[in-house]
Amino acid sequence: MSMSSQQTLPLTGVEPHRTENLRSDHLLVAEMVQSGSKVLDVGCGDGELLQLLESRGIDGRGIELSREGVNRCVAKGLAVVQGDADTDLVNYPDDAFDYVILSQTLQATRQPKVVLENLLRIGHRAIVSFPNFGFWRMRLQLLVGGHMPRTENLPATWYDTPNIHFCTIKDFVQLCDEINVKMERAVALDLYGRPLRLNLPWWFWNMFGEQGVFLLSRGEK
Amino acid sequence: MTNVQSIPSPSIPSPSIHGEDRAHEADHPTSQVAKFGADQPLKLDCGVDLAPFQIAYQTYGELNADRSNAILVCHALTGDQHVNNAHPVTGKHGWWDTMVGPGKPLDTNLYFIICSNVIGGCMGSTGPASTNPASGKLWGLDFPIITLPDMVRAQTMLIDRLGIETLFCVVGGSMGGMQALQWTAAYPARVFSTLAIACSTRHSAQNIAFHELGRQAVMADPDWRGGRYFEHDTHPHRGLGVARMAAHITYLSDAALHRKFGRRMQDRELPTFSFDADFQVESYLRYQGSSFVERFDANSYLYLTRAMDYFDIAADHDGVLAKAFNGIKTRFCVVSFTSDWLFPTAESRALVHALNASSARVSFAEIETDRGHDAFLLDVPEFFDISRAFLQSAGTARGLQKTGG
Repeated sequence: MSMSSQQTLPLTGVEPHRTENLRSDHLLVAEMVQSGSKVLDVGCGDGELLQLLESRGIDGRGIELSREGVNRCVAKGLAVVQGDADTDLVNYPDDAFDYVILSQTLQATRQPKVVLENLLRIGHRAIVSFPNFGFWRMRLQLLVGGHMPRTENLPATWYDTPNIHFCTIKDFVQLCDEINVKMERAVALDLYGRPLRLNLPWWFWNMFGEQGVFLLSRGEK
Repeated sequence: MTNVQSIPSPSIPSPSIHGEDRAHEADHPTSQVAKFGADQPLKLDCGVDLAPFQIAYQTYGELNADRSNAILVCHALTGDQHVNNAHPVTGKHGWWDTMVGPGKPLDTNLYFIICSNVIGGCMGSTGPASTNPASGKLWGLDFPIITLPDMVRAQTMLIDRLGIETLFCVVGGSMGGMQALQWTAAYPARVFSTLAIACSTRHSAQNIAFHELGRQAVMADPDWRGGRYFEHDTHPHRGLGVARMAAHITYLSDAALHRKFGRRMQDRELPTFSFDADFQVESYLRYQGSSFVERFDANSYLYLTRAMDYFDIAADHDGVLAKAFNGIKTRFCVVSFTSDWLFPTAESRALVHALNASSARVSFAEIETDRGHDAFLLDVPEFFDISRAFLQSAGTARGLQKTGG
């Protein structure tokens, strides 16, 4: 299987030309959500993913920390409220959503473990994506450059970054084990947003995945 | 915006030049009127069956064939039904011309807009300034105490009369927002969407305190005459003017007052060493007070502030706000303003948390402005954009088609 053959993802309901400008991780997340379901996007930013989901007939809601982001979402007609993943998820009842999405936000929360537990309390499933700090370029910058890594996707310097809890794919998998979370699907995307091959070992993902996208559900009690 | 330079420097409110117009509007409004006879009483929370009674209302735009595009605008404490037309007493433009009209967020080319004067008001719906048919005299303080749920119950009777089963949206700011929330909590199946602006699900202690200040100012005026001023051909314009001045401060913000007036003098360069209105801000407040008493009935002000004081949706649901909206299908948009200290964002946030706990579909935007509570009446483009988008999104879900414009 070649890399290029994996680029096109089966996205029913989205016209091909519409997918061109969309972020690959958004497309991947959208593909994981069954149509007709109810979704909460935590840290929904400008609402790009929510719009994609709504275009697929999904009942989408969002929480966003920044007032500007919220207002841009609401001005697009999206059901988004201002809120903080660390403090406001407690207000949602159990099983309120089919999926709760945490897209590129986990590393910016104060208590990632608590947030993750809340995601799977509120939603039957959770979809979590995050930048992999074990990515080879990160390692190289720290090893050779001797400074905190900065990339195109994570351009902030150490002193002004909102990302206070970076982790590697390996770390995240360990956390899921620890709190009894079941991984239904795991995908690592490379630097160009292309999924890495499925049959590669974890260490390879952890080295060459620029970000990880996980579909999670509650483990057996 | 009021041009302060053009404001004369009045002494405290001059006797009303429009007093007769105002009194006439209470029974014979320049509006459409829905009359309800003895067989259709309004059942008030205080236990009284109010009958007969009438509701004065205005409509704009056209109701579509399947009666699915009706928006009810609920007015604020001192507002009325004249949303988008010249006011019959003051001649001023409609109070929400910025929001309502062709191409505006509440687009009269798309929606059928209804606004009724609240029960207890003084612009044609039955209230203390109306004639009590039993006695042939004005109600005055004989009028029963009314509540926000009473106002909304009356509106449901009007909406029934208009043959509308479900409102596309109920929208309002301040006391209007409270009505919108009451509508949604009490009649969820009749409200497809709710736009609640600068409001709360209950009146705070501070707000009750300000209302009490206003009421005491009215009642301290000797011209109030125990609420029977109309029988003495007077109106407590000084007391009501002071009430309005105090209230008006709460509608603005420190920053807005600084920006508009600062410490600038009114038509003079040096202090007069008197209690004349030396400062522009004084002159402005006096103007606000005097123009208000021309169009508003003092007793009505007492009744409506009281109704707001009693408002507390959670109290009717074991003190748990989320229960009021349990399983609700209505789409919500909640809007607050950063500098609003009368209905601060925290109050909207509490509502949003309750709606989240009910899994309601809710949008919540806090808009940055220094214009205080009154921002919802002013030209705030971000607020318009959000309102427009919310209604468009709800309209798509409702299956509304563009009908013109």
